[in-house]
Order: sequence, then C-alpha cells, then structure tokens
Amino acid sequence: MKFQRGVGNTGILIDDSTRVLVQGITGFQGSLHTKFMLSYGTKIVAGVSPGKGGQKVQSIPVFNTVKEAQKKHSPNTSILFVPARFAAKAACEAIACGIKTIVIVTEHVPIRDTIQIIYYASKNGAIIVGPNSPGIITPKSCKLGIMPGHVFKSGNVGLISRSGTLTYEIAYSLSQKKIGQSTCIGIGGDPIIGISFIECLNLFRDDSKTKAIVLIGEIGGNLEEVTADFLKNANFSKPIVAYIAGRAAPAEKRMGHAGAIIRGQTGTAEHKIRAFNNVGVQIAEKPSDVAILLRKILDT
Amino acid sequence: MKLFEYEAKCILTNYGILVPKGVLVNDHILQNESVKELELPFAVKSQILVSGRQKAGGILFSTSIEQTKECLKTLLGAKIKNEIVGRVLIEEKINFIKELYFGITIDRNQQSYVVIASEMGGIDIEQTSIDFPQKIIKLPVNPNKGLSFSVAKKIGAKLGYTGISLKSLANVFVNLFQIVEDYDIELIELNPLVETAHGNFVALDSRIIIDDNALFRHSEYRKKSFELGRELGSIEIEAKKAGLVYLKLDGEIGIIGNGAGLVLATLDIVTYYGGKPANFLDLGGGASVEQIILAMKFVLKDVQVKVLFVNILGGLTRCDDVAHAIISTITETKVTTPVIVRLLGTNEEQGRKILIENAVDVFDNMEEATIRALEVSKGCR
Repeated sequence: MKFQRGVGNTGILIDDSTRVLVQGITGFQGSLHTKFMLSYGTKIVAGVSPGKGGQKVQSIPVFNTVKEAQKKHSPNTSILFVPARFAAKAACEAIACGIKTIVIVTEHVPIRDTIQIIYYASKNGAIIVGPNSPGIITPKSCKLGIMPGHVFKSGNVGLISRSGTLTYEIAYSLSQKKIGQSTCIGIGGDPIIGISFIECLNLFRDDSKTKAIVLIGEIGGNLEEVTADFLKNANFSKPIVAYIAGRAAPAEKRMGHAGAIIRGQTGTAEHKIRAFNNVGVQIAEKPSDVAILLRKILDT
Repeated sequence: MKLFEYEAKCILTNYGILVPKGVLVNDHILQNESVKELELPFAVKSQILVSGRQKAGGILFSTSIEQTKECLKTLLGAKIKNEIVGRVLIEEKINFIKELYFGITIDRNQQSYVVIASEMGGIDIEQTSIDFPQKIIKLPVNPNKGLSFSVAKKIGAKLGYTGISLKSLANVFVNLFQIVEDYDIELIELNPLVETAHGNFVALDSRIIIDDNALFRHSEYRKKSFELGRELGSIEIEAKKAGLVYLKLDGEIGIIGNGAGLVLATLDIVTYYGGKPANFLDLGGGASVEQIILAMKFVLKDVQVKVLFVNILGGLTRCDDVAHAIISTITETKVTTPVIVRLLGTNEEQGRKILIENAVDVFDNMEEATIRALEVSKGCR
C-alpha cells in the first residue's frame, strides 16, 4: 500500500482540508455523530443512505449512492456507520468511487467480509481503517469518528490504538498533563483490520509534527510482536511508549492448533511486553504512566 | 462459535469428506442396536470444546461392547480440561498408514485465509511446527480466487503425493475451503487426516470455529450457540442474548465497562491496586439503557461482589444513558451493594449531574475511581 497523503506538518491521514462522506448518515449513530463531528469543525460534505436520498441530516444532503454524492460534493474520505451485514457492500461502493481513506466504525463485521474489503481496497490504492474502529482525530483540525473530541488536545504525540475507549482514556490523561496529540488513530479491535501499527508508524515517521508515538495494544493476536519485529531493523528514530491491556485477564481456552502454528507462542501481555522491551519501546504499566514516560522523553 | 467434533463431522460428510462411522451417545445406557452397525474396535471420544483432549484422557479405546460401556461410564459426566462431558462419540477405530494435518484459518498479518498442511499430523503438531518448521506448509489464500484445484494439488504434491491419491487429497482441500466460504469459518482443522491402506483419506478428528459475527447468515448455528453446556455458563448465555460479553471471575470487585480494551485495563488496574475482579463485562459500543440495566443486574447477582465499579468512556455510549440506567437499577432492585462510577465522554455533564443528584459517587479519573472502589469494598464508606 502506498500512502500519498498526510505527509506534512499537520498530523497524518486527515486534516482541515479533508472532505468527509458519512455512509449510514440517517441511522441513529450516524446522525448523532454527524452532529458531533460537525460541531468539532469536521468538513462533512455529504451523506449516503440507500433509499433516503433527498433528505437532510444536520443540513448535510443525503444521497442514495456514493456515486451521486461523489459527483456533487467530491468527498475524499468516508466514514461508515452502516449495519454490519451491509458494511462490505458500502465500503466497496466507496472504494469503487475512488475514495481513498475509509474509516469503518461498524462493529461485528464478519471476517470473510473484512477480507474482501481489504483486498478490494489494496487493489484500488485505498486505505481501510477498522472495522470496529473509533476513527481518527487530528485535534483542532478534524474529528473523523465517535471519540469525545474534548479529551484530545493538539500537540506532537502520535497515538495508535487497537482499542477505542482506551484511546480516549490515554489521550485524556495526556491532555490533562498538557501533552497534546498530532493525530490519534483507532485501528480497530477485530482479528483482521486494514491499516496496522506498522503502516501508522511509517506515516508518523514522515510527519514532522510528530515527535513521539504511543502504541496501545491488548492481549490476543500478534500485532504487537510483529510490530516489535519491524522495529528491530527499522532504524526508527522517534521514541515510542506502549501500553498493553490485559495483564490480569484469565487465559483463553484454546481449541485447534492452527492459531499456535501461525502465530507461535504469542498473544499474552507478558509476551508482547517482552517483545517491545527488547526493541527499546518503553512500557507503561498503567494507562496513566504513559503521560509520565512521555513527559520524561519530551523534556530531554 | 466452536463446534463439537460430531457437528464438525456432519458438515464434512455433507461435503464428501470421509469420516469414521460413528454414533453419538449422551447417556450411560448403551443400546446395543445403536452400535450394531459399527465394527469393533471403537474409539470412544468425549465431546468437549477444548484442545488436548486425548492427552487429558478424553479419548478411550474399546475392543468389546462391555468395554465400551465401561468407557462411557468413565467419560460421561467426567470433568476433562475443566469441561463436563455431556456427549460421547463412539467411532470405528481406523487403521492407517500415515497421519497428515490440514487446516484453514485466518491470518491477521496476511489479512486473508491461510492454508496450513503437514505430513506430520497428529496430537504433537504444535511441537512439530517448532521442531520441524520445514515440515509445515503455510500458504495464504488469494481472497479473489479462493483455493483452486491446481493450488490444492500443489499442496498435496508438497506432502509427497502423486497420481490418484494426489487428486483425491486435493479434492479434500478444495471441499474444505468451500466449507470455509459457505459457513464463515474462522478455523477448520483435520487432525489427523489419515491415509488408509486402501488409499482413502479420512478425517479422524476435526475442529471448526464459526465466526460469531457471521452467525446471522447461519441461523441454525446461531440458535445452537445459545445452548447450555456449549461454551458458556447460564449467566454468560443470558448476557450474550442481551448483547453483552460477561465472564465470571473469582474476585469481589464487580466491573462494567464499555469496550474490551478499557475493561481489560480496568481489570489490570484493580489488580494493580490489590483488588480482585469478580467479572469481565463489556457493554460494547452504544449500549442502550435497558442493556446497561441488565448488565448491572448480572454483576449484582454475584453474591461475592462487594462493590460495583462502572467505568465508562462515552463514544457511542452516552453518559446520560449510563446514569439513568444506574439510578433505575438502584431504585428498582433496592440493591445495597455500593456503586462507584467513572464517567467521561459523550454527554458526561448530563450524566454526572444525574448521578450527583442521586448521591452516587462519580469520578472522571479512572485510578481515583478504582482506589475509591477498593476502599468501599473493604467497608470504608
């Protein structure tokens, strides 16, 4: 995947020139968060809800198809609130219409559908964030998601997270300690997701505003271990602090061997923490320790 | 959703994959007619949803009907790897010349399905994958093309097969991928898939996990996923029906949060400060007032719970909904268990106001709230 946009001094992926399309805008969450995003200052140009064309939500025009919305308002970024069973169709419609950044907020999208979405996106040079993502926020410029805007503060720390609510938790504690954020991305909590830690790290590396990065991981899968592997040889100069949730979680009952064959003995909090420690990523023991570690890094 | 071996084998049979002849038994009284079609010796296999069954004594072998009855007595009702055996599958024991492994699962890093195959199948496959990584074939499946017959043949050839047996093995692989697509499979595993002296390939054991999020496309299994004695206890099933993820733990600090990551972090922090979580309860995103009330009732049902800690960071979830739910649960159930709330995010001002008016302890900092909850659990008011 090649990333063309977001290289600059204003955070990554989205900024104040982002033209947003809301898919599923007439639904309960879609309309509510359209309101919140608008009041944050996000430039929403159109919405789509099949069969609801011609309506308005928060004075934003609604279309039946992405194609019509594209023709009249040329959005370059889309956010999906559509129900899980329609998410694949909606995402692929946006990709087909040339939209290059698509945030899927929808939870419970079937894995088989996600695989198809990501494959289609990769063939068309589009970036998928999610599914099950809280979205992206570049504080003060653009809020593309469901996060409470007021817990974020503009600054120079990039934040990448597998968890939605933990993103808010840690951003809030950073903001309280006067550590602002360049961009915060929730990459989604599903087993298969579009943009990963590594791709986000590369974007933050090229963003001159970002001085340090926070990674928020959790037990399960091997995203953290794979990221640590990448960092081993990446010559990554910006400091990274990580928090891994799930130290106290009970072990999962396993069935089948395939997971272990694919991932090896990965997945526990201890294993992820060790992997990060080995490549110089600082580990925060509690969410609030992230701010303490960052303060030390930024002050030296 | 994890399927029992006998359920997995039903699906395999429908797709032309051979499995041993067998009958499912769920009580001690073995009707002789039920096994008269089967040829001794038998494999008597407990049906539980966890790996490592054989090593834990969950699979026995018998050479007579009498011995089979003894095996049933041993297995039915026994606790194997912490699961109670409610059903036993009696199968003909198959003679074979070779054990293979074949599985398809999702690969998070490849963002696709991946085929895993090995000529060294059997219960030690995980160790084999560490000791002899060259004996494990891993191949991502192109999401557009699926698993074609020619790719399946290549895998079979790598396992050392040629001619007719290669063709029939490749057919097994292709059919298996068809099952993956038709049933929204997260994991399907034939281990071992054995080759018999007659050149047949027979799946002696099989594991299937269906993607929970796709159960709306498979209503038969959706219904079964709520059955008792499957993966969850009765409270967990009730919670699942209400769209909540509940897991009972051993401690005394009841925990409700929104979002798996935040709930995990809450467990971690409670543990960090010396408390013991009584449960994991994730409301998910955008829970309704009704769902939150149900969630509180689930946790408060647990007699071990000395304090309920509700930790909410509103995104889709609205803090005013949470506050309303808390107040109406407290009034409705006349519960005396203290409730400590942390609220932040969407509509937090309204939420906080409602709680304060009703004299419920509310915080905006998670650690302060945790420390307070632990104090309260020790009797400090």
